[in-house]
Amino acid sequence: MPFEALDFYRIEDELSSEERIIRDTVRDFVEKEFLPCVVDHIRQDGSFPMELVPKMAQLGLFGASLEGYGCAGMNAVAYGLVMQELERGDSGLRSFASVQGGLVMFPIHAYGSEEQKQRWLPAMARGEVIGCFGLTEPDFGSNPEGMRTKAVRRGEGWVLNGTKRWITNGSIADVALIWAQTDDGIQGFLVEAGAPGFEARDMKGKFSLRASITSELYLHDTPVPDGQRLPAVTGLKGPLSCLNQARYGIAWGAVGAALACFDEALRYSRERVVFERPLGSFQLPQQKLAWMATEITKAQLLALRLGRLKDEGKLHHAMVSMAKMNNVDVALQIARLARDMLGANGIVDDYCAMRHMMNLETVRTYEGTHDIHTLILGRELTGFNALF
Amino acid sequence: MKKILVCLKQVPHKDARLDVRSDGSWIQDDNIKFEINDYDTYALEEALRLKDQGEAEVVVATVGPERAAQALRTALGMGADRAIHIWDDALAETDGLGIAKALAAAAKDENFDIIFTGLMSDDANCAVTGPMLAELLGIPHITAVVKTEFKNGDVEVERELEGGALEVASLPQPCLLAVQTGINEVRYASLKGIMQAKKKPLDKKDLGELGLDAAAVAPKLTVEKIFVPPKGAGAEIIEGPADEVASKLVGKIKELGLF
Ligand SMILES: Cc1cc2nc3c(=O)[nH]c(=O)nc-3n(C[C@H](O)[C@H](O)[C@H](O)COP(=O)(O)OP(=O)(O)OC[C@H]3O[C@@H](n4cnc5c(N)ncnc54)[C@H](O)[C@@H]3O)c2cc1C
Repeated sequence: MPFEALDFYRIEDELSSEERIIRDTVRDFVEKEFLPCVVDHIRQDGSFPMELVPKMAQLGLFGASLEGYGCAGMNAVAYGLVMQELERGDSGLRSFASVQGGLVMFPIHAYGSEEQKQRWLPAMARGEVIGCFGLTEPDFGSNPEGMRTKAVRRGEGWVLNGTKRWITNGSIADVALIWAQTDDGIQGFLVEAGAPGFEARDMKGKFSLRASITSELYLHDTPVPDGQRLPAVTGLKGPLSCLNQARYGIAWGAVGAALACFDEALRYSRERVVFERPLGSFQLPQQKLAWMATEITKAQLLALRLGRLKDEGKLHHAMVSMAKMNNVDVALQIARLARDMLGANGIVDDYCAMRHMMNLETVRTYEGTHDIHTLILGRELTGFNALF
Repeated sequence: MKKILVCLKQVPHKDARLDVRSDGSWIQDDNIKFEINDYDTYALEEALRLKDQGEAEVVVATVGPERAAQALRTALGMGADRAIHIWDDALAETDGLGIAKALAAAAKDENFDIIFTGLMSDDANCAVTGPMLAELLGIPHITAVVKTEFKNGDVEVERELEGGALEVASLPQPCLLAVQTGINEVRYASLKGIMQAKKKPLDKKDLGELGLDAAAVAPKLTVEKIFVPPKGAGAEIIEGPADEVASKLVGKIKELGLF
């Protein structure tokens, strides 16, 4: 059944020809290559269609907003549209690209040495090297500055100890960017798979983001050469600046998930007959659809404006917080409403609404929870810090 | 270096909702999505594979309004080297022959070694533009191509016949090949390619610049109207629960001696 993306306010007209071609190309890829296999992967617990990685790389989906080193170097709006289309497929697909590009390639590009950039970026753009981002720990999620993972100097290099949890792509990564406490503050280390004392174990039993691998990482006296420390950043601003990249992508991605759910519900409302009339001819379903369409339109405008601000260099991190918070929140509500409108059909994986709904519970939590972004916004508005 | 032309057409997207205009002149295409004609994407891929194999310049051309530039940019993003965008208000009403004349005028001084087109367009289904273009240029052509092999200046092709049979034929270059769908696996434009396509040449040409005028492309064929056949004419619709419908249908089939 062909997908139709709602565009009530003709946002299409605001996009450049390149931006449209990029969006259509990624949409085509998701439709032809990803959607036919997504259900197989969510039926397994935590698995990703790895066979698509070379094609994703060939398309240029990894590190698409970075300049040089084999990356596409596209503007923020085009990058956002890519994230929208990927998440229209599944939040797991968007997460894969977000982690690779926004959370691992971006910090290497921004804070790495020339040697690190040459070594990792082209191979990551080609999808030959997969990366993961290790910030969260069992006891430190919203407050990463309290992290216990520690790096201490030993001889020329470093030794790392600690545990990271909830790490997307952890067990399949060739390189993990591990954030750790040092005497100088938090720093980033590129730890290679197979390093002594370094182990990844997959986390099972997820209801959400099942088409994505989530792992726990253990570092026990793991030696890391100094050449694998990101030299140009110290302190929490390192990881937070990465998250700002990825959150920007999520603001767009959430729109994609919402578009998928809305399209499905609208179609269903036309075809499903209840009490001898189409579902969509009753007032309550219409009210739901009208609300969804309005919220999607607002979210699209928020994302587009945010992208243009980013391209003009006028982005403030609290603006990203507002868009991440709002767009994921409404996408989740839209997914729930779509699920509701589908009745019993809404609970099976032939339909996408419940899959998106469950995924969006993760998206609401990671990259700064809904509440944390609310408090960031509150602090920005009032000048009072209610976070801690 | 081989010079290859791929002629492509922008057609309504296969997912677009198609309604006939109230005056019956064509479909309502004001605010719908467009894409490259499916057949033409295979033609383009075939040309890009030749380019991948060695020295070749791939030029893409289209006849179409402003919006058709997007189809050319997509082709440039996939790897074509330059594009020719032909448009003139006088072309709005033209027919297949007019389109072929415009393409022939743009191609004639370029001395292409090979011209690829799709077998037909998804929207109009005429399947004439390729052969007419070849005739106007005085070069041989072959249609329904499902396999190509280039050797010693000749092109050996397989083409599809009725009932799944294949025909093997050989043509000298220059020639025109109108390709069938499914002949290869069409690549995606890479995001990097799309960004770089901005810098590739896209020449716009109107009829005057091609040495043609409105009279030269005046349609010989006029479409009277298009319409969706009325529902139910000549058909009997059996309604009711599935099991009843099935048994009535079986009865009908037996009654008519169809089985
Ligand atoms: C599927 C998945 C993939 C993930 N991938 C990664 C990854 O690749 N890399 C990585 O580093 N992390 C990853 N995460 C971790 C994610 O970023 C954290 O889960 C998130 O930061 C929240 O931390 P937490 O789970 O410890 O929740 P907590 O911080 O314990 O929060 C619990 C609740 O308390 C609220 N809360 C916390 N602090 C405050 C406060 N000051 N005021 C008011 N309310 C507050 C929160 O909003 C939330 O509702 C992933 C998580 C999931 C689920």
